[in-house]
Amino acid sequence: MYNFDFEKPSTIADAVSALGTEDAQALGGGQTLLPTMKQRLASPSKLVSLKGIAEMQGICTGDDGALCIGGATTHADVAAGAGAYAGLAGLAAGIGDPAVRARGTIGGSLANNDPAACYPAGALASGATIVTNAREIAADDYFQGMFTTALEEGEIITEVRFPVPEASNYQKFEQPASRFALVGVFVAKYADGVRVAVTGASEDGVFRWSEAEAALSGNFSADAVADMAPSADGLISDLHGSAAYRAHLVSVLTRRAVAAAN
Amino acid sequence: MPKDSGIGASPKRREDVRFLSGTGNYTDDIQVNGQAYVHFLRSDIAHAKIIGINLDAASAMPGVIKIFTGADFEGVGGIPCGWQVTDRHGEPMQEPAHPVLAQGKVRYVGDQIAAVVAETLEQARDAAEAIEVDLEELPAVVDMKAALAEGATKVHDDLTSNLCYDWGFVEENKPAVDAAFEAAAHVTTLELRNNRLVANPMEPRVAIGDFNRATGESTLYTTSQNPHVIRLLMGAFVLGIPEHKLRVVAPDVGGGFGTKIFHYAEEAFCTFAAKALNRAVKWTSTRSEAFISDAHGRDHVTKIELALDADNNFTALRTDTYANMGAYLSTFAPSVPTWLHGTLMAGNYKTPLIYVNVKAVFTNTVPVDAYRGAGRPEATYQLERVIDKAARELGVDPIALRRQNFITEFPYATPVAVEYDTGDYHGTMDALEKMADLSGFETRRKESEARGKLRGFGVNCYIEACGIAPSNLVGQLGARAGLYESATVRVNATGGIVVMTGSHSHGQGHETSFPQVIAEMIGIDESMVEIEHGDTANTPMGMGTYGSRSIAVGGSAMVRATEKIIAKAKKIAAHLMEAAEADIELKDGAFSVAGTDKSVAWGDVTLAAYVPHNYPLEDIEPGLEETAFYDPANFTYPSGAYACEVEVDPDTGKVTIEAFNAADDFGNIINPMIVDGQVHGGIGQGIGQALLENAAYDENGQLLSASYMDYAMPRASDVPFYGVDHSSQTPCTHNPLGVKGCGEAGAIGSPPAVVNAVVDALRSGGHDIHHIDMPVSPSRVWQAMNG
Ligand SMILES: Cc1cc2nc3c(=O)[nH]c(=O)nc-3n(C[C@H](O)[C@H](O)[C@H](O)COP(=O)(O)OP(=O)(O)OC[C@H]3O[C@@H](n4cnc5c(N)ncnc54)[C@H](O)[C@@H]3O)c2cc1C
Repeated sequence: MYNFDFEKPSTIADAVSALGTEDAQALGGGQTLLPTMKQRLASPSKLVSLKGIAEMQGICTGDDGALCIGGATTHADVAAGAGAYAGLAGLAAGIGDPAVRARGTIGGSLANNDPAACYPAGALASGATIVTNAREIAADDYFQGMFTTALEEGEIITEVRFPVPEASNYQKFEQPASRFALVGVFVAKYADGVRVAVTGASEDGVFRWSEAEAALSGNFSADAVADMAPSADGLISDLHGSAAYRAHLVSVLTRRAVAAAN
Repeated sequence: MPKDSGIGASPKRREDVRFLSGTGNYTDDIQVNGQAYVHFLRSDIAHAKIIGINLDAASAMPGVIKIFTGADFEGVGGIPCGWQVTDRHGEPMQEPAHPVLAQGKVRYVGDQIAAVVAETLEQARDAAEAIEVDLEELPAVVDMKAALAEGATKVHDDLTSNLCYDWGFVEENKPAVDAAFEAAAHVTTLELRNNRLVANPMEPRVAIGDFNRATGESTLYTTSQNPHVIRLLMGAFVLGIPEHKLRVVAPDVGGGFGTKIFHYAEEAFCTFAAKALNRAVKWTSTRSEAFISDAHGRDHVTKIELALDADNNFTALRTDTYANMGAYLSTFAPSVPTWLHGTLMAGNYKTPLIYVNVKAVFTNTVPVDAYRGAGRPEATYQLERVIDKAARELGVDPIALRRQNFITEFPYATPVAVEYDTGDYHGTMDALEKMADLSGFETRRKESEARGKLRGFGVNCYIEACGIAPSNLVGQLGARAGLYESATVRVNATGGIVVMTGSHSHGQGHETSFPQVIAEMIGIDESMVEIEHGDTANTPMGMGTYGSRSIAVGGSAMVRATEKIIAKAKKIAAHLMEAAEADIELKDGAFSVAGTDKSVAWGDVTLAAYVPHNYPLEDIEPGLEETAFYDPANFTYPSGAYACEVEVDPDTGKVTIEAFNAADDFGNIINPMIVDGQVHGGIGQGIGQALLENAAYDENGQLLSASYMDYAMPRASDVPFYGVDHSSQTPCTHNPLGVKGCGEAGAIGSPPAVVNAVVDALRSGGHDIHHIDMPVSPSRVWQAMNG
C-alpha cells in the first residue's frame, strides 16, 4: 500500500470538498478499494471515508413509496432492513460473507460496477434512481459497461431510490472461487411491466434482457421464458464458464427467479 | 469403554490451546533484533532472456540496504534436487541448474529476478518498483506434449530438450504386458488429467536469516516440515555452511501439505544475505506470492489401459503419463511421478502385469512437487477411474468387479516392486457398504429424481504407501537422503519426559499423540511427557514429516529410545530393590519384583538416575536419556474403500456431495480422534481437487487462477458430514507399534469416488459419458451433458 491521507467528514458537503484534492477517492466499506490498494493497483492521494456521514446511512420510504437507501448503508443493513423489498433484501443477504456485508456499502458497489456484482442487477431491474451530491441518474443511464458508470470524478452516491415492485427475486449462481455472480438475474414485476437485469454474464456489464421482459410482461410465469435464452455473443468466456454456458444460466436463472417471485 | 489415556484414547489436542488462542509462535511472529526486510522482484513474464537490470534508481531509494541479483550468486551453489531418477535407458535424468536468483533467463511467472533488502518492507517494495529490467520475451512452453515436440522452445538451453526423463517401470515387463493386451478379452482405455493444484496452507511461507558475527553461526527460521533436511541441503549444496555452524528452526508451522518440504530459494537467500549484510533478513510471502512461488502439486496427463480376461479378471495394466515438472526441479519432484506413483499402480488388485511409462517435462510454469499424497493420488485416480469405466463397459457391478480382483493373501509382492505386508480389502469394503447404506440408494435416487436432480454413487479403493523406506533401498532408487527417523527421550530427575523428535508437527497433533505412546509404555500420565521438534539445535538429525511417516517411522524411533530407557530403568530398579534385573516388571508407572510385593515408583528410579547415591555406578552411567534412529524395513500400506454420493443439478451442472463415507485400515491407531481429523481434512482436500481447485495456465504461461478470486478452495458448505470407520485393522508387521499412517489417505481416496459418482449420476440421466476431467465444475458438467 502506498501512503495516503485520510479524512472522515460528517457531511456530504465536506466530503465533496475533500474529494476536490487531486487523486482523492471516496472510501465506502473498503471491501474493493482496500484490497486493490494493498496490491498497489490503486494509489489514491487521499481517502475520504463516507462512513461518518449520518445523512448517507439507513433505509426509509419516500413519499412515492420508493425504498430510499443511503449511499453508505451496508449490505448487512439492507439485508436486515429492506423487508419492504424482499428481492433486494435477499440480494444483499447473499453478497460475500458476513464480514463483507458488515462493511461493504451499496454506494461502493454501484460506484465500482463490477461486472459480476449483485447490486447493479438489483438497481437496473428496479429502474432505480441513483442520487448523487449533484444530480439524479436513472439506472438505465447509469451503468455504462464493466467498471464504468455515469459518475463524474469526485461525485458521491448519496442515496439510491428503489421503486418497490409487486413481485421480485434475485437468483445468483456463484462463481466457485470468488462467489460473486457467475451469472445473476434479478426479476422485478411492476404494474407497467417486468424488468429483467442480468449481471456476471456480459462483457459490457449488467444488462436488461429485453426479450424476456417482453415475454414476462405478457405472462409472468416461468413458462413464458421456457425456451428462451439470450445470444451468447458478447457474453464472458473464462476459466469458470463459456459464453454459451452463461447464456444457458441466464435462461435457467430467469425461470427460477420468476418461479420464486410468484 | 473407550480408554481415556494411552494408546487408543482420544485426548483433545493439547497444541490446540495455543493454536486456537492466538498464542502460537509461527515464523512470522519471530522478530530478530535489527531485522531488515526483503522483497523479491518476480518475473511477470513466463519465459524471457534477461538483457539487463538497472539498479541505479532503486538503490538510491530511501531505506534500501542492498539489492541482490543473480550476479551476486555466481559461485554460490544452486538449489539442489534431492532425487535422481534413472530413465528407461539407464541414463540419469536431465537436471538443470537452479540459481537462487535468476541468471540469464526467467523461466516462470514468479521466478525471482532481484531481491531488495531494506529497512522496512514497504521501502523494499517501493524500491523494487524502481528496478528497471530489460526482458526479451521468449515463447512460453506450457503444454507438456507441445514441449516435447520437435523444435519446441527449450526451457533450459543447456539441456538437450524439455524432457527431464522417460521412465519405464518395470521396463523388463513391457513385452509381457503388451502380449497380455494382445490376448485380452476386453480392454478399457481412459485418458485423463490430474489437475494442477496449489497447496494453500493457511500460513504462507516465511524465512528469516540471521548471522552471529561473533560465533560465525547462521540461523534460518523457516516454515518447514523438515528443518534438518533444509539444513543439509542448504548447508551442503547451496551455501557451503557445515551443520555445526547452521541452525534451522521451524517453529509452529501452519500447515504444509507437502509444499513446505522443499528447500526454497528464499530460504537460501535470507541466510546468505544475513551473512553478507551482517543483519537479520526477513521474508514473509504474501498470499499472491504463494500462488506463484510455492511448489504446485499433481499435473499429470495420463492414458491408462486395463486388460481383462473373459472372466473379468484383470490381466494387465499399461499407463502412459506426462508429468509436469515446471521450470526447475523442486527438491523431490522427480520421485513423485516415479517411485511414489509407479509403485502404487497395482492398487488393491492382483493384476499380474503392469507397465508404467512416465515422461517428466519441463515447462515455463511454477515447479511441481509433492502435495498431500504425492504420486499416490495420481495412481489411485487413474486406476479407480478405469476400473469404473471397465465395469460399465462390461455391465458388471463396480464393487463386484473390484472384489473379484482384490489381493487377499499377504504378504503380496506386486509386479511394481513393492510388497504389501498386510491388508484386508474385503474387510474395508464390507465396512463401507454398511456405512454407505447401499441398499437404500435406489430410493434416494428416486427422491432426487422427483426433485429434478440426478443422483450418483461412486466407490473406489486405495492403497497409501507411507513411511517410504528403507534407506538403502531408496538410495538405489535415486534418493539423495536417508529415510529413517530419530528420537531422543530425555527423562528428568523427577520423572517427567521430554522427547526430541526428528518428526515435525505442522497441524498433525504429534504433541498429543506421541506422549500417548510413551504413557502407555511406562504407565504414566500423558501430561508427564512433552514433545519438542522443529529445531536442529536440540533435536537429533531427523528427516521430518511428510508421506504420512511420523507415527510409523518417528513414533517407532521414539518407541526404540523408550525401550532403551525402560531397559536401563529396570537395571536401576533392580539395584534399588536388590533383585535380579530379569525379575523386574514395569506396570502402571511402577517397577516391581515378580512374585513379591516389592516395588519402586517410576519417579524413585528416575531420581536415582540423577542423584546416584544408591546406584550401581560401576555398571551403568548416571542419567536417563536415550536416542534411537529407526530405519523401517518396508513402507507401510494403509488401505481403504471410499464411497461418495452426489446430486447433480441437470439445469446448471452443479454437483453437491450428499454423502461421503470412508472405511480405512490404518493398522493400530494411537488417537482415533486425531485420525478421524486427518481423514476429514484429507477428504476435504480431495473433494477440493475433484470439484473446485484448478491451477490453470494460459498459453502464455500466465497463471489464470492466481488468487482466491479464481482459485476455488473447498469450504465447509462444500463438504458433507463424513462417515468414517477404522474398525478394519490389520497391524503393520514390521514396526513396533503396528501402525500404518493416515495423513494422506483422505486426499488419495476421495477424488475418484467423487468423479465416479458424478459419472454415475449423469449416466442415470441418459448422458452417455464416461469421463469428466477434474475439477468437475458446473460448467464442465454442463458441457459434458450438452456435448
Ligand atoms: C470476499 C468478498 C466477497 C464479495 N462478494 C460479493 C458478491 O458476492 N457480490 C457483490 O456484489 N459484491 C461482492 N463483493 C464486493 C462488495 O460488495 C463490496 O462491498 C463492494 O463491491 C464495494 O463496496 P464498498 O463499500 O466496500 O466500496 P469501497 O471498496 O470502499 O469502494 C469501491 C469504489 O467505490 C467508490 N465509492 C465508494 N462509496 C462510494 C459512494 N458512496 N459514491 C461514489 N463512489 C463510492 C470508491 O471510491 C471505490 O472506487 C465482495 C467483496 C469481497 C471482499
